[in-house]
Amino acid sequence: MPDAEDSMNDAGARPRGRVALFVTCLVDLYRPQVGSAAAQLLEGAGYVVEVPPQGCCGQPNFNSGDREGARKIAARVIDRFAPFDYVVAPSGSCAAMLRVHYPALFPEGTDERRAAERLAEKTFELTSFLYDVAGSREVAATLDASVTYHDGCSGLRELGVSRQPRELLKSVSGIELREMNQPDACCGFGGLFCVKYPQISERITGSKVRDILATDAEYLVAGDLGCLLQMAGKLERDGHDVKAVHVAEILAGATEPGD
Amino acid sequence: METTSRQFKQLSLDALANATLQNSLDGVREIMPRIRTAALAERGDFEALCDRAQEIRDRAIRQLDTHLEEFERRVQAAGGTVHWAATGEEACQIVVQICRDVGASQLIKSKSMVTEEIELNDALEQDGFAVTETDLGEYIIQLRGEKPSHILAPSLHVTLEEVAETFVEHHDIERSAPLTDATEMLAEARSIMRDKFLQADVGITGANFLVAETGAVVIVTNEGNADLTASLPDTHIVVTGIEKAVPTLDDVGVLLRVLARSAIGERLSNYTTFVQGPRRAGEATGPENYHVVLVDNGRSKMLGTEFQDMLRCIRCSACLNHCPVYTAIGGHAYGSVYSGPMGAVLTPAFAGLPAAVHLPNASTFCGRCEAVCPVRIPLPSLLRRWRQRELNARPATDGQRIGLGLWRGLNRWPPLYNFAVRLAAIVLRSLSVPGRGGQRWIRRLPLVGAAWTDFRDLPAPTGHTFQDEWRRRKS
Repeated sequence: MPDAEDSMNDAGARPRGRVALFVTCLVDLYRPQVGSAAAQLLEGAGYVVEVPPQGCCGQPNFNSGDREGARKIAARVIDRFAPFDYVVAPSGSCAAMLRVHYPALFPEGTDERRAAERLAEKTFELTSFLYDVAGSREVAATLDASVTYHDGCSGLRELGVSRQPRELLKSVSGIELREMNQPDACCGFGGLFCVKYPQISERITGSKVRDILATDAEYLVAGDLGCLLQMAGKLERDGHDVKAVHVAEILAGATEPGD
Repeated sequence: METTSRQFKQLSLDALANATLQNSLDGVREIMPRIRTAALAERGDFEALCDRAQEIRDRAIRQLDTHLEEFERRVQAAGGTVHWAATGEEACQIVVQICRDVGASQLIKSKSMVTEEIELNDALEQDGFAVTETDLGEYIIQLRGEKPSHILAPSLHVTLEEVAETFVEHHDIERSAPLTDATEMLAEARSIMRDKFLQADVGITGANFLVAETGAVVIVTNEGNADLTASLPDTHIVVTGIEKAVPTLDDVGVLLRVLARSAIGERLSNYTTFVQGPRRAGEATGPENYHVVLVDNGRSKMLGTEFQDMLRCIRCSACLNHCPVYTAIGGHAYGSVYSGPMGAVLTPAFAGLPAAVHLPNASTFCGRCEAVCPVRIPLPSLLRRWRQRELNARPATDGQRIGLGLWRGLNRWPPLYNFAVRLAAIVLRSLSVPGRGGQRWIRRLPLVGAAWTDFRDLPAPTGHTFQDEWRRRKS
């Protein structure tokens, strides 16, 4: 296995498998430190992490009704990620795209369908992989601050990601997790929705921001960069000091603003 | 079905600027999820109940023809008449004709979304009949000349002050003091309605379910007005959609349990009435004439298509109450009597996709609607199907199609993709300025980017991509 030596976990045990990091196009462009934090967490849990050449998962096409375009992008992703033991994404919505929606893009009974189903089975959102597959119950990070966690819609409702990030966050030394009102309510991002209907999007985010501020938490944490960009942008525009960070950054102890 | 859904963008801006409406919608957003969750909590098996409800509705829709014919036979055997209306106009004509035949002049109605859909009141009033809505919310919007803004709470958008103004304007009552108290308003409406109930020649109701095995029409209300509407006048006309059929009485038991909990967070609605034909020999009350008008109006066209699942809908309104878009803009912005996620799926089916093209697009796909739907309609998937039809109908030169084509192409060529992302990271970074907490922010972008930066700031990228960083780390 390539890179096995420098990717061994702290105990020096044999690597537990090869994980392909599906870093997501938003992390790739906006916040590389989320990708680094995810890789650090996965390596810390004993996995070999690799980053095959990659781009978008195809959600903009899929959710705009361009099923054919989504299928073509999916075929590429399936090809590139098929060789790995696991595929992990620091995003509930991109992981759900691979896990829930890819198989349905291909006709039943075809080789493509079977390949999509095989990929789906081994694809996970980051915190659910750490908690459910790797069995992690605590992380080594420290953060003396209060945080509130927003449930990204796809991760929560399509993948059941809810308990895993909260349990891991609570294991961060010094942290205080404060639940906001309706943490499962949409942030208003919705992919292209946020620029197609920006006024409605802003109103939805306004309600979310109200719930965030009511907790008086210093950090807003979420598992999806799309939601975070949306909420961070609104918090900044309205002049609020809450720091919006990805859950991977907190769990990896990398919460300094990446400016 | 007439809609103003083409004006969705403008109507939604109007709704966002309407402070009193926003206040009411905040209430829906806060209260409705809470009371539904509480109602579910006291019943441990709610999810299992929803599985059964879905299965019942699926079975009903799969054999809709059989159930409807059985229902018709039972109604006929009980002395009633069943009418089949292919369109809304046909349904209106049937009702108008029945009213003419019995020489009616005064009509009363209980709440029915199907009659809103087919604009029955307009047809009846054009023909000279006086129609009074007897559901309080429907009564209020009838006086105000408005459409319902919520399928269950039609006057959700009207404030108490506005109700008072409306009553003062329309009710011929001597007043010694201003009307401000809700209980007083209710008493006033009730006393006026009492006369209407007693004078009416025909009562028109909707139906929540049609029971095939017994021929019963099930009507659920919280005010009891449907019972008076159905039993006091000499003629009772039920106007409802063909999809309301269910096979058995046992099935209704399951559906009623999920309906009330999903709709209002209660175990049961206040009144659940089973109507089974006209007055029988020896009975003291009940109508002499009994008609059921079964309205198709686009429903049968959904059978056998990807939209068939939508016909399971039992109109509980949980999807509206939990929808971030509905609770941001309210029902009127949808331009259709059916709003929220269920309306965004139904309206293109009933009114045609070109008239309702915004509705499936104006969704964040958050999936909360599907999660709370008691008959598990995959609403986001159905909205996505509409988007697919709409996109495919656009010309190849359409901007969105070109954009999606470019994105697809870019994603199939990693070197080109990496180059583009690298470039974007540098360009966006160069447009950023320092802001809070040491972060850099983009305050203003041109063109399509303005749709973001007109409403929020954009966090600046670090200026290099993760994939480049990873390659450097590995080499």
